[in-house]
Amino acid sequence: MTPLLQIEGLTKAYPGVVANDAVSLDVGAGEIHALLGENGAGKSTLVKMIFGLVRPDAGTMRLLPPDGGDKSLAPPGGGAMPLAARDHAPASPQAARAAGIGMVFQHFSLFDAMDVAENVALGMSDPPPIRTLAPRIAAISRDYGLPLDPARRVGDLSAGERQRVEIVRALLGRPRLLIMDEPTSVLTPQEAAILFATLRQLRSEGVSILYISHKLEEIRALCDRATVLREGRVVATTRPAGDSAARLAELMVGHRIEAPARPAAAAGDVALKVEGLSLAPAHAFGTALRDVSLALRRGEVLGIGGVAGNGQEELFAALSGERTTPRGTIRLGGRDLSREGPAARRRAGLSSAPEERLGHAAAPDMSLTENALVTAADRARLVRRGFVDWAAARAFAEGVIARFDVRTPGAGSTARALSGGNLQKYVIGREIVQDPDVLVVSQPTWGVDAAAAAQIRRALLDLAARGAGIVVISQDLDELIEVSTRFAALTAGRLSRPRDTAGLTTGRIGLMLGGAGDMEAAHAS
Amino acid sequence: MIRLVKRPAPSRAWAWATPLLAVALTVAAGAAMFWALGSDPVAAIRTIFLDPLFDPRYASYSRPQLLVKAAPLVLIAVGLALGFRAGVWNIGAEGQYIMGALFGAGAGLALYPAETRAVFPLMVAAGALGGWAWAMIPAILRTRFGTNEILVSLLLVYVAENLLASMAVGPMRNPEGGGFPGSRNLSRWDAAANGELVAGTGLHWGVVANGELVAGTGLHWGVVAATLAVIAAYVLLHRHIRGVHIRLSGNAPRAARFAGIGPDRLVVFCLGVSGALAGLAGLFEVAGPAGQITIDFNVGYGFTAIIVAFLGRLHPVGIVFAGLLMALTYIGGELASFTLGIPAAAIQAFQGMLLFFLLAVDILVAYRPVLSLGRKAT
Repeated sequence: MTPLLQIEGLTKAYPGVVANDAVSLDVGAGEIHALLGENGAGKSTLVKMIFGLVRPDAGTMRLLPPDGGDKSLAPPGGGAMPLAARDHAPASPQAARAAGIGMVFQHFSLFDAMDVAENVALGMSDPPPIRTLAPRIAAISRDYGLPLDPARRVGDLSAGERQRVEIVRALLGRPRLLIMDEPTSVLTPQEAAILFATLRQLRSEGVSILYISHKLEEIRALCDRATVLREGRVVATTRPAGDSAARLAELMVGHRIEAPARPAAAAGDVALKVEGLSLAPAHAFGTALRDVSLALRRGEVLGIGGVAGNGQEELFAALSGERTTPRGTIRLGGRDLSREGPAARRRAGLSSAPEERLGHAAAPDMSLTENALVTAADRARLVRRGFVDWAAARAFAEGVIARFDVRTPGAGSTARALSGGNLQKYVIGREIVQDPDVLVVSQPTWGVDAAAAAQIRRALLDLAARGAGIVVISQDLDELIEVSTRFAALTAGRLSRPRDTAGLTTGRIGLMLGGAGDMEAAHAS
Repeated sequence: MIRLVKRPAPSRAWAWATPLLAVALTVAAGAAMFWALGSDPVAAIRTIFLDPLFDPRYASYSRPQLLVKAAPLVLIAVGLALGFRAGVWNIGAEGQYIMGALFGAGAGLALYPAETRAVFPLMVAAGALGGWAWAMIPAILRTRFGTNEILVSLLLVYVAENLLASMAVGPMRNPEGGGFPGSRNLSRWDAAANGELVAGTGLHWGVVANGELVAGTGLHWGVVAATLAVIAAYVLLHRHIRGVHIRLSGNAPRAARFAGIGPDRLVVFCLGVSGALAGLAGLFEVAGPAGQITIDFNVGYGFTAIIVAFLGRLHPVGIVFAGLLMALTYIGGELASFTLGIPAAAIQAFQGMLLFFLLAVDILVAYRPVLSLGRKAT
């Protein structure tokens, strides 16, 4: 059978890096095809070329025309034209959409202040009036089990609902190929299950899906075939259902990854105690913390899971000291730190590493040596009587670089010049080498490649083994199950009672996170 | 079609080359403007940049003027640069300069005609206090009520100008001045004068001439203060943790808060320092080169210093060179207006062009221009 999309020798180079090096693959009609690879393997570049956002340097793409070919191209003899694929070289996303390709991006391009129908109309090249568009949105969302009220304001929607807006927008164009970029990264396991049902339904209707992810289990459960990219090249094409997740990971990374062993349940004394913590939202679309309490023991890793926007930002700010809270709400080893700022908390032994690497954990245009001073000035004695000891600061930065395998020309490089994974190793390492009593980290491996992520988790567990208490706030449930001794869910600003992670499954955690909300009944009805 | 591509890291070479490029572009555009005004462009440029330093007819007067004019510019610009680095925008240095002069002159005039050595130091302290206090108004309004310090500091310039005018015709008017507006001449009162420190002939330390800068070097207390300010600012920015905090706040405000720097304290510090330095500049001017409080005492040093700060790349050493260059355009501009009849406004336009071109070419530090002949990429 002729494939719907046939890619041959596609190459795209950027200064200093070949993002795609002679990539060939084909996507059959009615197939869910996985595109698997680490960050920087070239997945995004490849789909951007298919979607007309980037133009290839070399290579061809051929796309089967709808309904058996273009009659105007039939040979003059008038003979039956076999199914002939046409060259596909879209100059823009509009051209790609016209050719029957839809795409749902990882980062949504939606306007909070507008309603669902208005947002959908904004993404269309020739939008119909809202009064005819709204019923069509409602119809599509009903047909595909994606409940969505066209009149609701996007700012009030959950991440899963926002994704449905994007999917419905793509489906309105009746695509024959739907590209999905890391769709489950923002979903609870239950929401993900419902998304998979929708994708399988689309497949049964003959729609092909190009599915980008690095979550191996879901690829094994969902996809018919998988193309694995590494450093811009195709290293394998497999049937993922027949391969183990470990085998796929090995293909993706190029070597075996050892999962760090979780520490045994700790029985140390309480290091950090939070009691009755309530805090107003950080901004208009933030979430207030409501009566959060927790007790963190020495040597344990407490995982706090939940979909972004459920109070994670506020909880981190309250623990790091960027926002102060009423007296008695935050204690470290019995000492009340609620009214202290970040610097005083660090001196007392409570350190933190925020989610946003550039701009929050580190200043983009300052060197790694200068960035050492952001959190290590006092504890690592880099400042004497107000004057910076630059030699000590440099030695500190070089120590972090060496110990955490940060790939950079040197401590003089600006933070901006480092890749995401390397900068993350630096900002986490910067806290770990200071041996804090308690470390609070938010999304420690977000957007970091698998090898660097394993290194970071290893380092966190080592720190816990030395007797520190660690709080990991993350959306990545697999990560939390891997590293944490106890798990608590943060939903709508409330923290659940922590449970031992041993024996906890992602499904169980999903229920703790509040399940799929209104999605649960969607496919049953 | 020229496209701009973001560089992976800001280019250090371009950071230092852009001021030179901006000067070159200003000279070219300025020459075109002088030509359009009917002057000989080559002669005009030569009169502005070379004659004050090298023409034997003018150099003996102009060379000392270089330090006299550069000192207040550098003094003010160094303070402004600290704030600009931290993202604190004090645009009202002109007002703080006036208030420094009023406070300093007021302190001196209150003691007239005492002949003790304490008068001048007292005036210096009062001058710094005046500038500092005037800058505290936008600082407190910003930290307490979240107002914009750009607008508040700028609008306070006009308040200060009106205060200056009322002082010159009211409380500070010279009782022996025959009713003319303007205060007593401080530079003719030894205890208060900011005179020349090294006379061109004598080379001995101490106050020699009373503000009559005829044959000297132009080296007065303002130059000493500017030099100390440059050294102190350099040490602060590059050796002291507060300097790191200033740069951190300018580069990444969230990271600064994460580091534990209270943004309010930094706003108060930056506005306070720049206000005090501007006040000092005003005091040294009123006690020396200007000599007295008059209605039109301020000549725009506080605004020109903004150009100086950016032209000097917000770096204390760069500001020294930028201050000398801007001083040269002041002196050369005066020279050009009386030898070639170029209007004074054209000289101001010339200085404005310098800032315009600097900001325009500054984009090359962070971006690389790429000439693309194909269609626009999306």
